[in-house]
Amino acid sequence: MTASRLQHAVSSTAILIIAAIVTWISFTQQPADAFLFPRLISIFFCSLAVWNFFRAISGMSKVGDGISRNTLLNLLPGLFVMLAFVYFGAKGLGFYLASTIAFLTIFTLYDPTPLSDLRGWAKRIGVTLIFMTIIYGMFALLLKVQTPRGIWF
Amino acid sequence: MEFLNHFGGVFEPISFLLLLGGTIGGLVLGATPGLSPTMAVALLIPFTFHLSPTQGLILLGAAYTSTVAGGAVSAILLKIPGAPANIATALDGNAMAKNGEGARALHLSFLSSGVGGVLGVLLLIFLTPVLAQWALAFGPSHLFWLAILGVTVIGSLDSKSFVKGLLSGCIGLWLSMIGYDDIQGAQRFIFTDALTGGINIIAALIGLFAIPQVLDMISKGRVDRSIETIEVPKQSFLASLKELSQNIRALSIGTIFGSIIGLIPGVGGQIAGLVAYDQAKKFSPQRDKFGSGHSEGVIAAESANNAMVGPSLVPLLTLSIPGSPTAAVLLGGLLIHGIFPGSDLFDNHPQVAWTFINSMLIGQILMVIFGIYTAAWAARLARAPMPIMAAAVLVLAVFGSYSVQQSMGDVYIMLALGISMFFLEKFGFSAAPLVLGLILGPIAEANFIQGSLIANAQDGPAIYFLTGTLNIFLIVLVIASIVYSFWSNMVHNKTQAKASEASS
Repeated sequence: MTASRLQHAVSSTAILIIAAIVTWISFTQQPADAFLFPRLISIFFCSLAVWNFFRAISGMSKVGDGISRNTLLNLLPGLFVMLAFVYFGAKGLGFYLASTIAFLTIFTLYDPTPLSDLRGWAKRIGVTLIFMTIIYGMFALLLKVQTPRGIWF
Repeated sequence: MEFLNHFGGVFEPISFLLLLGGTIGGLVLGATPGLSPTMAVALLIPFTFHLSPTQGLILLGAAYTSTVAGGAVSAILLKIPGAPANIATALDGNAMAKNGEGARALHLSFLSSGVGGVLGVLLLIFLTPVLAQWALAFGPSHLFWLAILGVTVIGSLDSKSFVKGLLSGCIGLWLSMIGYDDIQGAQRFIFTDALTGGINIIAALIGLFAIPQVLDMISKGRVDRSIETIEVPKQSFLASLKELSQNIRALSIGTIFGSIIGLIPGVGGQIAGLVAYDQAKKFSPQRDKFGSGHSEGVIAAESANNAMVGPSLVPLLTLSIPGSPTAAVLLGGLLIHGIFPGSDLFDNHPQVAWTFINSMLIGQILMVIFGIYTAAWAARLARAPMPIMAAAVLVLAVFGSYSVQQSMGDVYIMLALGISMFFLEKFGFSAAPLVLGLILGPIAEANFIQGSLIANAQDGPAIYFLTGTLNIFLIVLVIASIVYSFWSNMVHNKTQAKASEASS
């Protein structure tokens, strides 16, 4: 089995599991009237998921290139920053502080300028501060959005 | 001619400023590769909460129109289409720019976009009220089938794999059912506290369109994106106008094909541009020059992709079926203001409907004026490094989704849906049918339940939902969209198999 075929098999299995759970919940939960529409949709959802699964394991599923090892390696640091920012930082540190850190970290992680270049750091910090000032002006001053303040801001 | 009575609304100070801001902002966003019109409109929706429905729609409509046209700037100057709709523009536009005719290409691109766009909006103005009146005859069963048709059309026509397209639609329909049931108050699919209130459409739209683009940008790693800079010498505007008037054939082909394709739900600007380009080439006596910097190529492609914008809103404003992913996001923008498309929109909110449509007409003219004068500036911004754009879109997405209900739950859902969508896209699933399912799900369910209640008091659900001329017509359309997509998938696969056999 090629890497692409294996990836298609894994993704189609995940979809099939979700479809099966949705179908099971739709047909077992009460009151039945509240699940009338979910039952109708889940029949199609499950049928299509089964079809997709068989296409994937038989190697017929060719649409979508899957994810290469390189892509995943490039993606992981940024993905980690995004998850940490949203699920922990935003509420714990404060929306603006966490956003500033997340912006600067993503910019630094993917900026081709060498980390030893001092002008590169000045540019990163400058752009981050300008962008966050605009965001603060738009959301805090103009739209009056009350964001979680966390430990600082 | 009711639309003429509502032109004044467009020129109210705040509305006009929003139209101006949306047009200029849209031109810049459209010129920025990696920021699609759909994502730009989705990111703007949270800002419309603080505006009246009319003002909100003016902002979104202006952004929709000008992002499509703005995409031509990077297509011409950088050979990177700002949006899929500008792929055909890059073919001749960039060659013209390399030949020292960048300004000429930009002028022709914005002028033809303007002409195509105005004619497209006029089609919207004259077709919409007729169809909206026709939609008055629709009962719950018809509205149910229409909602299902919206999902199947986009699911089957807008996706490379029709199984995955329809599956995406089913996932969207399922997501729309999460939360409390409206009639019984029963909990459905609430796996975590963040899902108690259901999935907020705006947070979902931001996540589904913005986060996959952020991940796509960073998945390329630390790449030095050195782009060839092309100098743009000055060009007389009047000379460009004269040249456009001498290319009526390409302009007409682009406008006609763009308008027709725009009316077909799910087909989109990319197809409009490419089909018009191809037809203009076939009908041109100078077809050999296409691809090497021929102005007819730019005119046909750009008039088509902007002519598509107005007609793509006809099925949206009359029947709730968005003609494109961006129109689906606009539908979300309408629904959050409590406005339902169809006769309700034109009978109960004519001020909103007509001021919005008129603003798109005025927006086309502003787009031409500002497009021509801000193109060089927009092209400089288009060279903004990917890491900055990725970080900026992420922060905007987080703030935008939070500001909808000031709820962290929406932010969690936005990110979870966005990351899931990125991986789903890698396996051939697409966001457009999923969004359609999410938006049309509640409409389909409400009409299904209402129809079932009526059916139980009459001849039963089978007769109520499956008989009657209009029901049968809509069911045939649902089946036809699926069968056509299945057939074209098979033809495509066979052609590919033959091509790979021939190459080996």
